[in-house]
Amino acid sequence: MAVYRYPRPASSDITPRQLFFSRRAMLGAAAGGVLAGGLGSGRARADAPVAEPTRGWPASEKPTPRDDVTHYNNFYEFGLEKSDPAELSGSFHPRPWQVQVDGLVEHPQSWDLDALTARFGHEDRLYRMRCVEAWSMVIPWQGFELGALLRAAGVKAGAKYVAFTSVVRPSEMPGQRGGLFSLQWPYREGLRLDEAMHPLTLLATGVYGDSLPAQNGAPIRLVVPWKYGFKGIKSITRITVTDQQPPTSWNRMAPNEYGFYANVNPDVDHPRWSQSSEQIIGEGSLFKTARRPTRLFNGYAEQVADLYRGMDLRKDF
Amino acid sequence: MAPDASGRRRRSRFSPLTRQVFLYLFCLIPAVSDIAQGMANRLGPNPVSACLHDFGLWAFRFLLLSLAVSPLRRFAKLDLTVYRRPLGLLAFTYAALHVVFYAGVARHFDLHVLWKDFTTRPFLTFGLLTFLILLVLAMTSTRKAIMALGRRWARLHKLVYIAMILACIHYALSFKTWHTEPFIYAAIAAGLLALRLVPKQGKRVVGE
Repeated sequence: MAVYRYPRPASSDITPRQLFFSRRAMLGAAAGGVLAGGLGSGRARADAPVAEPTRGWPASEKPTPRDDVTHYNNFYEFGLEKSDPAELSGSFHPRPWQVQVDGLVEHPQSWDLDALTARFGHEDRLYRMRCVEAWSMVIPWQGFELGALLRAAGVKAGAKYVAFTSVVRPSEMPGQRGGLFSLQWPYREGLRLDEAMHPLTLLATGVYGDSLPAQNGAPIRLVVPWKYGFKGIKSITRITVTDQQPPTSWNRMAPNEYGFYANVNPDVDHPRWSQSSEQIIGEGSLFKTARRPTRLFNGYAEQVADLYRGMDLRKDF
Repeated sequence: MAPDASGRRRRSRFSPLTRQVFLYLFCLIPAVSDIAQGMANRLGPNPVSACLHDFGLWAFRFLLLSLAVSPLRRFAKLDLTVYRRPLGLLAFTYAALHVVFYAGVARHFDLHVLWKDFTTRPFLTFGLLTFLILLVLAMTSTRKAIMALGRRWARLHKLVYIAMILACIHYALSFKTWHTEPFIYAAIAAGLLALRLVPKQGKRVVGE
């Protein structure tokens, strides 16, 4: 069959997807062009903000390029290298997806992912992300507050912690097949109840305006921006409210290196490397990395320091 | 190069020095390739870390190869002694690139930070000690140094065994969890070192 050949614009003229969808930035740039008195460029500037936080919690830095956010990941279920999650997650099926909410709640329930987003919606949150490996990003997430889900479930008196469980699918996740000394599956994480209810704590379902790619924790993951990245459990299948501090994966692997709290803290070093500064992914060059000093609670001290008043952060690291 | 007693192998058209230089330059390709790709922005989101790890790995590989030369001569009757010095120097070169990328590119030559790193992080201490040994061995690899040191040269260069062991520890400890690769490399290193313990039979082999 003959293919109809129509005149196509040059590929250089195609508006990148994220710019196409950020109408406001487009219109702003176009208006700016007109105001500047020229036919100027109608295209948005490449560094235009892609996601605007709707409710404060601004990260002062500019977002890490999307390609870096989606191609430099720690997700050991897919492999140990940073490039593995993007490369080896092709057979992972994030839909359909159920999240079981149970434990000390009035209304235990298995939520379909679509029901969760229909009920709780999603908003943009531009958050800093600090990995325990001393690098950082700034990521525009979309999601809803974990607190909203917990309030809907009705937390019972006596509840103190929230435990999270990730998915086990060795057939879709090559990192879960073999590996002599790897983590134990499923990946588990936990928060104290007040941490879980904090308005900064997010259940993310999207990044950069799209639903989460597999390598970023599809279809739903935790984001706790004042803690090291490994607290942000990916591909959550179960959320259990409990009165016991739950076991967490990295803490079980090496309790002297990874604490339950894992709050970002430049003064408490990892036993094998310093946490006083961080490499900024997506900036710098081959001959000089971009670094900046790490801040207590990843710069969110104003919002969260109260949670830890009176605690010895060296002991409860 | 030792004369060919067996007469099985033909003499090369090139002098030993030429062959050594060829090998050395050829084996710099991975470094050139990494740096070129890094400058072309094709090493992923963290090109510095990619280069850093690659250089360390190549240093390890060339250290293994340099340690394979004498077992090959002894057990496989394959005499590659002429290539041992360039292999050792390649191990040193990649280790130096590795250290420069760490101290310079990643740590911005901040001496305060580096001192704290090397004195408080065990895997970095092991790495630094490995590098210092390779530095001494590289500096004493000239003909002049060999002549000047005489019998002590062979003893000094036995330090390479220590360097190999330290490098194994450094590599294994450099990840968040235990990875498989460092143990494969360490097993090869252990094998090469163990071959040195095999008692020599019959005719005494002169030299190392």
